Amino acid sequence: MALTEGTANPRLYLQAQTRWRPIEIAFWLATLLPYALFPDYLSLASQIAIAGLFALSLDLILGYAGIVSLGHAAFFGIGAYTAGLVSKYGWGEPLTGLAIAAVAAGLIGYATSFVICRFRHLALIMLTLGFGLLLEELANSAGWLTGGVDGLQGIHTWKLFGYLPFDLYGRTAYAYALAVLFVLFVFARRLIHSPFGLSLRGIRENFVRMPAIGAPSRAHIRTIYTIAAAMAGIAGALLAQTTETVSLESLGFERSAEVVVMLVLGGAGRLYGGLVGVIVYMVARDQFSGIEPQYWYFWIGVLLVGVVTFLPNGILGGAAKLMSRRSRS
Amino acid sequence: MKRLLLAGVLAFVPSLFAAAGGAEDTVKIGVILPYSGQFADTATQMDDGIKLYLKQHGDKLGGKNVELIRKDTGGIAPPVAKRLAQELVTRDNVDILAGFALTPNALAAADVSAEAKKFMVDMNAATAIVTTKSPYMVRVSFTVPQLNQTLGTWAEKHGLKKAYTMVTDYGPGIDAEAAFQKGFKEAGGDIVGSLRMAVQNPDFTAYVQRAKDLNPQGIFVMIPGGAQPGAFGKALAERGIDPRTIEVMGQMEIADEHALASMGDIALGIITAGHYDYNHHSKLNEEFVKAYNEDFKRNPDFFSVGGYDGMHLIDAALQKSGGKKDGESLVDAAKGLSWESPRGQISIDPQTRDVVQTVYIRKVEKVGGHLVNVEIAAVADVKDPYKAAMKQ
Repeated sequence: MALTEGTANPRLYLQAQTRWRPIEIAFWLATLLPYALFPDYLSLASQIAIAGLFALSLDLILGYAGIVSLGHAAFFGIGAYTAGLVSKYGWGEPLTGLAIAAVAAGLIGYATSFVICRFRHLALIMLTLGFGLLLEELANSAGWLTGGVDGLQGIHTWKLFGYLPFDLYGRTAYAYALAVLFVLFVFARRLIHSPFGLSLRGIRENFVRMPAIGAPSRAHIRTIYTIAAAMAGIAGALLAQTTETVSLESLGFERSAEVVVMLVLGGAGRLYGGLVGVIVYMVARDQFSGIEPQYWYFWIGVLLVGVVTFLPNGILGGAAKLMSRRSRS
Repeated sequence: MKRLLLAGVLAFVPSLFAAAGGAEDTVKIGVILPYSGQFADTATQMDDGIKLYLKQHGDKLGGKNVELIRKDTGGIAPPVAKRLAQELVTRDNVDILAGFALTPNALAAADVSAEAKKFMVDMNAATAIVTTKSPYMVRVSFTVPQLNQTLGTWAEKHGLKKAYTMVTDYGPGIDAEAAFQKGFKEAGGDIVGSLRMAVQNPDFTAYVQRAKDLNPQGIFVMIPGGAQPGAFGKALAERGIDPRTIEVMGQMEIADEHALASMGDIALGIITAGHYDYNHHSKLNEEFVKAYNEDFKRNPDFFSVGGYDGMHLIDAALQKSGGKKDGESLVDAAKGLSWESPRGQISIDPQTRDVVQTVYIRKVEKVGGHLVNVEIAAVADVKDPYKAAMKQ
């Protein structure tokens, strides 16, 4: 798109990329619309924002660094359980809870990143899958800590900033989740449009060649994996705090798989891919399952098959193609 | 264009009035169940129980029209269950929350019931503490300790002195283990060993062999329903354990209709504790099973009865409250209610809002060429022992 004038000078290219485009501003303004248009759907909106953050964190590793993960929910779950436990044992302040959850998930992400950075492709799928299953079983058997299958009980989130209670309508929950999502999105956007972000894309395309031009592939992968883990942890913590529940499904395989589906649906390797995918998938799911609680999966299947057949690079990939075709003609 | 708009508005107005006029005579019930995913069959049976009750009572509860709003959790998903409950209350303005096949979902939705002061009917989720989470919740199904502690006491009273317990290593398994051991030990029995087994795809051969090596008189088993009872039966046969000589006992799922079909004759002699089986002999149950078969072409199970009795509870509570639909009035009306269910006489304990019912001890026998659960003993008016112990 903006490659023409920027390619000669990488700095100019990156600067051109970081500029906020009108459509982006419109997108973020539109995220406030639910307050005016769908005040009855704010709890769904808050869960969409949370899933969006989770998908964004996966996009950083899967879309940009080419680390295929089928166990990303592990970090989501660690964040959720950490925030839940902190609250259960007497500290229900949401923002510090988020920070603690981010640190916990980040630390475990950092520890596992040493293994992750040594493998590519299929081996990674197995590794992340195995790690996720191990963690789920661990959480199940540590019932004294996690509550096992019944889920963690006794979570109570305090008022946001001391005076905004989390209400039944989800007003506070959505504002809170959206604000956190926006801050972390700006951070991710800055990261992707930095030289570090560029080298990640290089690693995705050719892992072996990047060290030859001075970009340490493994160190970079460790860094981005840790960041993505912390972000996923924050997403998990948000869900735990806004719903005051945590259970084993928060780190289960289905959540890992579903986020991959949503990301691919929207378009991996694009900052907005995860967000668009999550919005489409979760709204469709909510509507279909409202109409047809027993067989709604059929329509989700139709949607997925349709998108993947006609838009192999996801919804945003298809949109970008359409735009470039239009600007050419 | 203007005329079209006007026509649209006019067309809309009568429906608005209809909705406003209907609100008083209509009771809105939000039903939260795992309609899709691995628990879909459970949800179907519960939903069919709900449907049958409504059909038999002219689609009215307590003299009011009924509007059911069904929501799918897709399996164990407490955040989803909680959001659905919130939406049902804030968006759809339901009067009652009902359904709940799975404990984690029931616990999450209970928060909403407590906060919004909505009557909530637990039609299955069976962990003892569920009803303590909201003062507006009533349970019509059963609790895990209610069945298993009763079974433990009964087993000791009937000559079993040494028992071994093997349970799946998850919440209900651990609760059942504790309940059976408590009942058995308090009656004077001796637990010679206990074992917790993997949740996912266990191979029971080694576990069963281990139990056999200790040579107990009886083995208590708690495993999830579905595919596992069949595999367990196979392991019993392979290791040469005959339930007719070493007593094999457990909660009703290990010998339900599907389990018996997959186990075959090895199941003969298995003893289970349960609150309902379609072979229960009573006039009401025979009619219930017949009507259920006519509509849904299969036998009802304890999930169906949960849905059916849940509707009965709402019906009776609405009548008693004089049509008041707020949580306070309904839960007060529900306390102490008593009625005849297809499973027998049941009532709602005014203190704990939990079901009080007969626990049947059944033995798998062959009747007319079919494997069925035959009732060999009945312990009447059993309250949930877990909450009774909590109070002391």
